[in-house]
Amino acid sequence: MANLTLLQALNDGMKTAMRQDDSVVLFGEDVGLRGGVFLTTEGIQQEFGSERCFDTPLSEDGIVGAAIGMAMNGLRPIAEIQFQDFIFPGFDQIVSEAAKLRYRSGSQYTCPLVIRTPYGGGIRGGLYHSQSGEAYFCHTAGLKVVIPSTPHDAKGLLIASIEDPDPVLFLEPKALYRSVKGEVPEGHYTVDLTTIREVRPGKDVTVFCYGAMVPIAAKAAEQAAEKGIEVNVLDLRTLLPLDEDGVLEYAKRTGRVVVVHEAPRFCGFGGEISAIIAENAIEYMEAPIARVTGFDTPFPNTLEHHYLPDDRRVLDAIEHVHAF
Amino acid sequence: MTMSEPLSVIAPDGATNGYDPGLSEAELLHCYRTMLRVRAFDEICLKLQRSGRIGFSIPNLGIEGTQVGAASAFEKSDWLFPSYRDFGMALYHGITPLEMMHNMYGNAQDTAKGRQMPVHFSFDKPIRFVSISSPIGTHIPQAVGAAYASKLRGEDTVMLASFGDGGTSSLGFHSGLNFAGVWKAPVVFLCQNNGWAISCPVEEQTSSDGFAIKAEAYGMPGVVVDGNDVLAVRKTMLEAVERARSGGGPTLVECKTFRMGGHSTSDDPSRYVPAEQREEWEKKDPVLRFERFLEASGMWKAKDKEPMYSEALDEMSAAASEAEAVPKPGLESIFTDVYAELPPHLRRQGQELFELGKRKGDAAAGDGEFPL
Repeated sequence: MANLTLLQALNDGMKTAMRQDDSVVLFGEDVGLRGGVFLTTEGIQQEFGSERCFDTPLSEDGIVGAAIGMAMNGLRPIAEIQFQDFIFPGFDQIVSEAAKLRYRSGSQYTCPLVIRTPYGGGIRGGLYHSQSGEAYFCHTAGLKVVIPSTPHDAKGLLIASIEDPDPVLFLEPKALYRSVKGEVPEGHYTVDLTTIREVRPGKDVTVFCYGAMVPIAAKAAEQAAEKGIEVNVLDLRTLLPLDEDGVLEYAKRTGRVVVVHEAPRFCGFGGEISAIIAENAIEYMEAPIARVTGFDTPFPNTLEHHYLPDDRRVLDAIEHVHAF
Repeated sequence: MTMSEPLSVIAPDGATNGYDPGLSEAELLHCYRTMLRVRAFDEICLKLQRSGRIGFSIPNLGIEGTQVGAASAFEKSDWLFPSYRDFGMALYHGITPLEMMHNMYGNAQDTAKGRQMPVHFSFDKPIRFVSISSPIGTHIPQAVGAAYASKLRGEDTVMLASFGDGGTSSLGFHSGLNFAGVWKAPVVFLCQNNGWAISCPVEEQTSSDGFAIKAEAYGMPGVVVDGNDVLAVRKTMLEAVERARSGGGPTLVECKTFRMGGHSTSDDPSRYVPAEQREEWEKKDPVLRFERFLEASGMWKAKDKEPMYSEALDEMSAAASEAEAVPKPGLESIFTDVYAELPPHLRRQGQELFELGKRKGDAAAGDGEFPL
């Protein structure tokens, strides 16, 4: 066991996968010599050479498109998109191609690739270095969407994603890159892409969250505990395919649900969680489901701390559904 | 680097000026027969579409020379990333009309299990004829990535990315050629300049002097060839394939040709193609051009054509009849192949659909069942 930041755990995960399997290659903008703008890929080109870890021209369409061709032809590519905000030139490749290749060829051609990209706010990045675009991708059949929130999960989920037979969009909460640390096993292990992680047990209120919102929700839960409200915090980890049975089971336990994400509310992932509960377990609900989210505006810069859900807003929602 | 005059090999009298295509008589006749079979497949599909038996087709009339000449330059171990107007390449390499007709009908034996529109083929033997998608140009960087993979493993596989004049305006064209140039990837880019992107003429697609010239900016050779001269296409493509295979990197080949049919069976080209342009290109018909060569070489006589073509029509009709008799895919095919493993939410949605049919007693809705 080593005590690593989330960023170090990701780096360790990539190195572990690349040591294990020669077909794993890693590329993107500035990932080689520089080791990535966040240094997530530091030291990888040095260890594995510039044929397996390399910089690409500045084109997200080219990065994802080439990754698809590599995946079709026996490699296990890890394509880094420098910021999730810049992924959209590659959106066509992800949505029209990677996600549909297996389906449209009856599994003759498949696409086992990972697209890693930092997402989310908290670094004063403004409109174009802060967005949480998971909902765009969760609407896409054939894709898997994974978001870690701890160093342990970051490494285990990343290795599982690399080994998965289908395309995975791996969203990295950049606000947590260096702000969380934890015990990470050495060598190879995986965290499976189908289960919810229970962050904290609690019998009164259920909070569903993921990524950078997990520590926020946990902090709010601590404050709620001081007020005598026991909050069950759940880290969804894999948004697509979602563990719907798990969501329902946890929702039924308390009958009071809060969903937290930093992405905008309208058509956001919280809407899906709410609908699944409303369709299948409304008779268990003791209170309306509350959503604590980013606002339906572009992402602001100076006032980002007011845009992002914080422990104050999450606690307010917890108290609201608890008192209902 | 770029030639402005398209290269041609077959002279009007059928002579080749001493050029040896390096093909046996049987292989040359295979090229010719494939061109006729493309034409026959088109003709039968048009009839099937007009009579409502299939929904859609893509005519290839006029570009058979480009398809067959290009296909002949590749080995079975190479990969073809085709556009939707390239099935002559599949026929050339031995994919059967029946396999293609399964797709035209979207039946249970279609490799895509009826999920795609007709003509969106996917085959992996005897050659990789990679699953076709409708968005334009997306396959171009994919071919480059596939080429990188082969190169990394030290294989000598070459990839073909084939697209039309319209495709050169796509994001994928730029990123694909740029990446290929930087990576010296073993890939050949084939631009079939057939004059029209649906109804948009070449002059409104680009202001550059043709398309091959664009290669220079990506650091690769660009060559213009007469796309209606099957042997010229073969010669040029062989050189490009050889360059790629021997580590010399990518090439952009522009074949000047003409789409004598519509963009698709839903299109009427007489609404936009000037009659005189069409008439001019009819005189350059690639099949007639090749016949002059075969005749001059003593391999073929005019009287051979009719029986060969009617044999091809019979072959396509028989394939259509056989494919038409194959049942539709089961309802479960809506939900399978989305992921390697069927996830619980898709299993649930499928079960709801199957049970609805049973509950309502709706036999026409079809049956579905997931494999256990």
